[in-house]
Amino acid sequence: MMKVFIGQDNIITPLGFSTKENLDNILNGETGIRTCTNTPLSSKPFPASLIDNTEINERFQALGDIQKYTRFEKLSILSIENALKNSTIPLSDPRTLFILSTTKGNIELLDDDLREDFSKERLNLYTTAKIISEFFSLYNTPMIISNACISGIAAIILGQRLISQGLYDNVIVNGTDVLSRFVVSGFQSFLSLSASPCKPFDANRDGLTLGEGSATIILTKDKSSIEIVNGATSNDANHISGPSTTGEGLFIAINNATKNYKNIDLISAHGTATLYNDDMESKAISRAGLESVPTNSLKGYFGHTLGAAGIIESLINLESLKKNILINTIGCTTPGTVENINIIQEKKDQQLNCLLKLASGFGGCNAAALFLKHE
Amino acid sequence: MNKLYINKHVKLLNNTVYIDQEKKFSVESDENFSSFAKSVYKNYEIKYSKFYKMDALCKLGFLSADLLLRDLNRENILPEEIAIITANSSSSLHTDKNYQKTLSEIPSPAVFVYTLPNIVSGEISIKNNIKGESLFFIQDKFDTKFISEYVKYLFENTNTKLCITGWIEINMNEDYQTDLYLISKNEGSLEFIETNLNVTYNHE
Repeated sequence: MMKVFIGQDNIITPLGFSTKENLDNILNGETGIRTCTNTPLSSKPFPASLIDNTEINERFQALGDIQKYTRFEKLSILSIENALKNSTIPLSDPRTLFILSTTKGNIELLDDDLREDFSKERLNLYTTAKIISEFFSLYNTPMIISNACISGIAAIILGQRLISQGLYDNVIVNGTDVLSRFVVSGFQSFLSLSASPCKPFDANRDGLTLGEGSATIILTKDKSSIEIVNGATSNDANHISGPSTTGEGLFIAINNATKNYKNIDLISAHGTATLYNDDMESKAISRAGLESVPTNSLKGYFGHTLGAAGIIESLINLESLKKNILINTIGCTTPGTVENINIIQEKKDQQLNCLLKLASGFGGCNAAALFLKHE
Repeated sequence: MNKLYINKHVKLLNNTVYIDQEKKFSVESDENFSSFAKSVYKNYEIKYSKFYKMDALCKLGFLSADLLLRDLNRENILPEEIAIITANSSSSLHTDKNYQKTLSEIPSPAVFVYTLPNIVSGEISIKNNIKGESLFFIQDKFDTKFISEYVKYLFENTNTKLCITGWIEINMNEDYQTDLYLISKNEGSLEFIETNLNVTYNHE
């Protein structure tokens, strides 16, 4: 089995168009979440982390015609382009694969009132992925993972598995989701949005905050300082929209991903700030005997960016590993989950070598991935 | 590595149920999907009240999985040792379109919950107590080469002992097709290799 390493990367959110900008803003305690008013997304004001459209177009102009690509496609292309800037991986090569992770892609094209300038064909995720792939003249047909909120981690795990088997040398994983009336109204109808910016793992948490983002992680067989060691997915077999009451599904994913690896220094939780998700995670983490491991949720900085979340949160926490800094869970002032776990409330310096990333989503799906720093 | 076998194949297409390539049940060709699904449910005497709440994609996958897994001996197989690796081309667009229509009035949470393709894997998991590896791919056409390689990977490198894999598709025009395969190391007449995943398409 080949070892798999992390190559170049990129993050685009309201906090910046590079991983560094995002990290610097987070370390300064900035959040991308604002109260959004007068948007076509919702008739009533709601907190969300939205990327400025003018800025997307200004930056995209250097790459292509802003009229020819949807907002989703522009973000994905910008993020991949940025990650590739410092990379030497061959693109038009059978040993390079592109995996797109998204929950809803160009779903806003269903809205006849808003978009009539793009063909409905663009609603098909494989068409969207093909357009992105053709922009970079990639050789292979892209793969697409649409697995609710675990999509990003599931795509990273898939990439790791394919390289470890020797099927590819390099895998470009991009996760993107943008907000639409479709998505916002859906979460509103579920009463799962918080009235104020989300408060992950807080005793008074009252729901999630949505966000937009695009992030790219390049997985490679070429040695770097970070290795992705293993990963696993699982299902709760319990409920399609509610997290498991026991945390058993996520516990199975953690167990299979860590294979009893004991020296975990940091957990990047899913931490959506819904009452049930955070309780479920606390149960799974405790059951795995990891309750004392410093744990954060980054949803208070970026909101829940759906198909991009797992990649954005992995990348920020890998920066934590490289810089030996624990990043605090913004929005959490009084931790309060059914099981006590070690939520990071203050940013602080600490030697870190091993990161466990978690995700869970609708459909009862769970994922866990284990990353290791090599000095 | 021991060989893997296709222990069973269920296909739903053109208002007909095929099991291991044999036509087992059908309704008139002019009946719509919803009516076909109800007929299959009744004919095979399935009792599961949640079925009526499901969207079309879930009904399709649920029925196919039920036919695939009935009579299966699960002795010595844990829930976390069963994987579900599935794909389609239209994601959840059939229900997405229905949900979008509710936006002009009151958005329906009961419809919104089905606007993700992997919900069908969730429904199959709940009914059949399956907790193992699970992944949903979107592909232009069923990528038999990749899917067979990936399923083999799971048997070789994870605790997977049984896998449900295949194609669960319904598009915005309600053209539908499932091809679900039950894969294990239990010897059968059909080896699990790419060329034995014979998927044909109704909208070609």
